[in-house]
Amino acid sequence: MNRFAELLDRIAYEPGRNNKIKLIADYFRTTPDPSRGYALAAFTGALSFKYAKPALLRGLISDRVDPELFALSYDYVGDLSETIALLWPAKKIKGRNDVPTLSEIVETLGALGKLELPGQLVRWLDALDERGRWALLKLVTGGMRIGVSARLAKTAAAALGPHDVTEVELAWPGLEPPYEKLFAWLEGEGEAPESNNPVLFRPVMLAHAIEASDFGKLDPKEFVAEWKWDGIRMQAASGLDKSGKRATRLYSRTGEEITKSFPDLLSAFQHDGVLDGELLILREGRVQSFNVLQQRLNRKAVSSKLLQEFPAHIRAYDLLSEDGEDLRHLPFLERRKRLGKFVKNLKDSRVDLSPMVSFGSWDELAGARADPAQHGAGQDADAVEGVMIKRGDSVYQPGRPKGQWWKWKRDPKVIDAVLMYAQRGHGKRSSFYSDYTFGVWTNGDEGEQLVPVGKAYFGFTDEELQQIDRFVRRHTVNKFGPVREIVHEPNEGLVFEVAFEGLARSSRHKSGVAMRFPRISRLRWDKPPKEADRIEALERLLEGDPAAPLKRKRRA
Amino acid sequence: MRPEQLLTPTPSGVCCKPAKFHIDPTRKVDRALITHAHSDHARAGHKHVLATRETLDIMRLRYGENFAGSVQEVGYGETLNLDSVKVTFHPAGHVLGSAQIAVEANGCRIVASGDYKDAADPTCAPFELVPCDVFISEATFGLPVFRHPDASEEIRKLLQSVTLFPERAHLVGAYSLGKAQRVIALIREAGYEKPVYIHGALEKITAYYEECGIPLGPIELVKGAKKAELAGQIVVCPPSSMTDLWSRRFSDPVTCFASGWMRVRARARQGQIHLPLVISDHADWDGLTNTIAATGAGEVWVTHGQEDAIVHWAKARGLKARPLAIVGYGDEESEDDLDTAGETGA
Repeated sequence: MNRFAELLDRIAYEPGRNNKIKLIADYFRTTPDPSRGYALAAFTGALSFKYAKPALLRGLISDRVDPELFALSYDYVGDLSETIALLWPAKKIKGRNDVPTLSEIVETLGALGKLELPGQLVRWLDALDERGRWALLKLVTGGMRIGVSARLAKTAAAALGPHDVTEVELAWPGLEPPYEKLFAWLEGEGEAPESNNPVLFRPVMLAHAIEASDFGKLDPKEFVAEWKWDGIRMQAASGLDKSGKRATRLYSRTGEEITKSFPDLLSAFQHDGVLDGELLILREGRVQSFNVLQQRLNRKAVSSKLLQEFPAHIRAYDLLSEDGEDLRHLPFLERRKRLGKFVKNLKDSRVDLSPMVSFGSWDELAGARADPAQHGAGQDADAVEGVMIKRGDSVYQPGRPKGQWWKWKRDPKVIDAVLMYAQRGHGKRSSFYSDYTFGVWTNGDEGEQLVPVGKAYFGFTDEELQQIDRFVRRHTVNKFGPVREIVHEPNEGLVFEVAFEGLARSSRHKSGVAMRFPRISRLRWDKPPKEADRIEALERLLEGDPAAPLKRKRRA
Repeated sequence: MRPEQLLTPTPSGVCCKPAKFHIDPTRKVDRALITHAHSDHARAGHKHVLATRETLDIMRLRYGENFAGSVQEVGYGETLNLDSVKVTFHPAGHVLGSAQIAVEANGCRIVASGDYKDAADPTCAPFELVPCDVFISEATFGLPVFRHPDASEEIRKLLQSVTLFPERAHLVGAYSLGKAQRVIALIREAGYEKPVYIHGALEKITAYYEECGIPLGPIELVKGAKKAELAGQIVVCPPSSMTDLWSRRFSDPVTCFASGWMRVRARARQGQIHLPLVISDHADWDGLTNTIAATGAGEVWVTHGQEDAIVHWAKARGLKARPLAIVGYGDEESEDDLDTAGETGA
């Protein structure tokens, strides 16, 4: 357990993805079965046992520590599990041999009755050191938020040998902790574990952003186009399991399973196949904005009210497999034909086909992109994020293969905003002030003042980053921990042109609006802050937003 | 004699009125007794300074020849008679030359311990327990959440990371007096033989430690080194330099910070630290409470840090206890500004 705790500790602080993979792979390499398998299960969310409640932990610590000292400590540390881990009276015994392993803990928790839990926790807490206790408490309270996705953990497991994470994904469904066969195979000592699950995730094919200079090189006759819908890219896989029962799984574009969040979609799939599409919310046949979809996402419980107010829908782009036949090697246009039949065959209004956009020249396509409403998108035009340009003969390849698919987004919205606060970045950027909070003018309590409207940490070149960093260091007026306040007066300060994709009302932001995907598009060294935009400019952009009236109603 | 007549607490340090001296005063005085050379305790500009030879030497390195009107060396265990008051210096185990100062008159003994630790440290004399009536204690880590692990275990983690990431420099933030040298000595104890690189701010004091017979192995300056040479090296530097322009010469470094504060995750996250190393030159909660109890003192005065918890603990044990509210102790961050000035960007 102490090794696992050390790993958790380390990856919690490490921002770099490759470094995290290296740390986890090193743990897998040096930790025996079955503990490493349970660690992989902890990262992939495959562990299941009853969690301990905070009240139980509070009870355990109050039996052992003076309440005044506990209160002072908790106030200082700010996290209950961590406070208890640090405060727990240490029992230092030289050469003790009762330190539990991760596998002992996981296996015991799985079999433990509720009444036995407190006593068992005390024995473990006595035997572990501070880090071990912290990891144990995070594990038993279900509070492990450490910035490791299932995909990342699988990538680290794949790094043990010559296999690719795609192969791990293919083998994964149907495997159970502690994955001894999987590890043996990854380390080159055994056959690939057999997967008999028909509903695997297939790694997704992605597009490159097109640049103006690309069009000259591309022949429009070789390409087709369709709308790029502003929802969530997803994959639906359906098939029969061993016992002949239908199984359907929904995945995000990174392969995270999201089936539980969208139970309303499952019954739409009554045929074997794997479909690539966009997850949207449709109300009375109309596609809702991304802001509406966002209210359906990341909910712990999916209530019937939520299902009713936010009906989920899949707009299909592609078909990767049908009746057990892998279609990915076929040209796009052929897959598209199969997709049309497949969707028709489902006979379900929750799944439809994403329409193609016809064009003869790039100029014509530009016209469609500029005005989707008049080019087939009709009332759904607000939910069109741009157009996708696909080679008619493109096979479906994972990742972002060159020259096959392009995305051509609609022009983003831009405003001029003033830099207000800066914070240092992570990793390679850790010495640079690279996270910026910017604001626009409003008429506030103290007359004309800037109100923060968003944060951005990319969009600029390395050279521009150095220039901004220099500006930040020379124009700091205040420091709050890691945050610097930068001069932002009418005639002194730095103006950013900020590009963003959408805007929503937000009660969490002082300005009342939240931007989607904001980034710095230009540095306006030439512009004095007083000429930056006002909040009213943003509010006007909100008015065309169908989410706005609904959110107001919800809050009332 | 009441203890307060022998040593009177004031906002700028404790003052012995009968013998007209101050201990670690934060303002300029005629006669100062200095426990150790950290800048929050040892300031320049006093008329006369009494301290250990090492403390005087380090003050001279930092402040220049004229840091005081006159100085007097006091050895560990040596007793001075200042007017009617007896004064003895005892090792405090905090940094090289650090001392506790025992003050005694009319059968009342007070020990001003300065900063101290009861844990092992290869770079300074070990803490000596001095029985007394009143013990003046720091409380930097005066909360029961602070229990420092074995420092060698933390160093093991550092070396393990160096093995795992042989292409990344490991920047170890460490206060320039004491911690930096202790970290280097611990790295040597663990068997690491390659050169350790140091920030220019550590050069003088590190060289002084070696002059005092503390072996630190091969040391190189970052300043002259090529970028490629620094990849995969252990680099010890003042904590503040890890995020300033100086650190840009390292590509994708692992930032480590050797400090007792690293016990608390939020503190490590705030500092954007990748590898917190819980290594402290202060006593932890167990160290503070065990020491206070072992001195046999019936009364404890708490100078700086988390006074509330220590005072609460002492009162619960039937001891008299009070916080002294001395302004200006415990600021180790600004301590480093002394040595880093001029290095930034160099």
